[in-house]
Amino acid sequence: MTMVPLAAMILGAAFCLLAAIGMLRFPDIFTRAHAASMAGLTGVGLILAGAGIASGDLSVAAAVIVGIVFIALTAPVATHLLTRAALKSGVEPAAPTNIEK
Amino acid sequence: MIELATDIAFAALGLGMIVVLIRVVRGPTLADRILALDLLTMLGTGIIGVFAIRSGEYLYVDIAVAIVVVSFVSTAAFARYLVSRSER
Repeated sequence: MTMVPLAAMILGAAFCLLAAIGMLRFPDIFTRAHAASMAGLTGVGLILAGAGIASGDLSVAAAVIVGIVFIALTAPVATHLLTRAALKSGVEPAAPTNIEK
Repeated sequence: MIELATDIAFAALGLGMIVVLIRVVRGPTLADRILALDLLTMLGTGIIGVFAIRSGEYLYVDIAVAIVVVSFVSTAAFARYLVSRSER
């Protein structure tokens, strides 16, 4: 039983590390946004879920559920706002990007 | 057992923070830096969650949720600033 929260925590930390590597390796902001928003729900969400399971306390679990729902609602909005602002402010996509207008 | 697992998670998150800091310094545009700082706060939230599991003090979960809320507001404000700066 003690294995489940630890496994969720390590999986979440691995997702966070993958997102950070994607942040460094991807060519432009529009592809980096995919990596950055992935760290929110899968990475931090799994770590918080692990903390909620490990506590075995209903009040902590309620706080964790509120946090995960908040991340699921706001992370796509924040990423979309930022990439839209970047496109409006004149950031060019990377060279292989093909935009059909 | 808990010590080993949290050590692995701390190492992954710390390495991720260093890698994202490289992007904050290098990032060619302002939007890249804002996105990297957003990811940096997410990684910090993850570190707080891992520390809550390690220490057994689950009040830290509330702090992590509060930081997520502030991170969303700051990213939205930076996006508005980016748009208003480009219109000038």
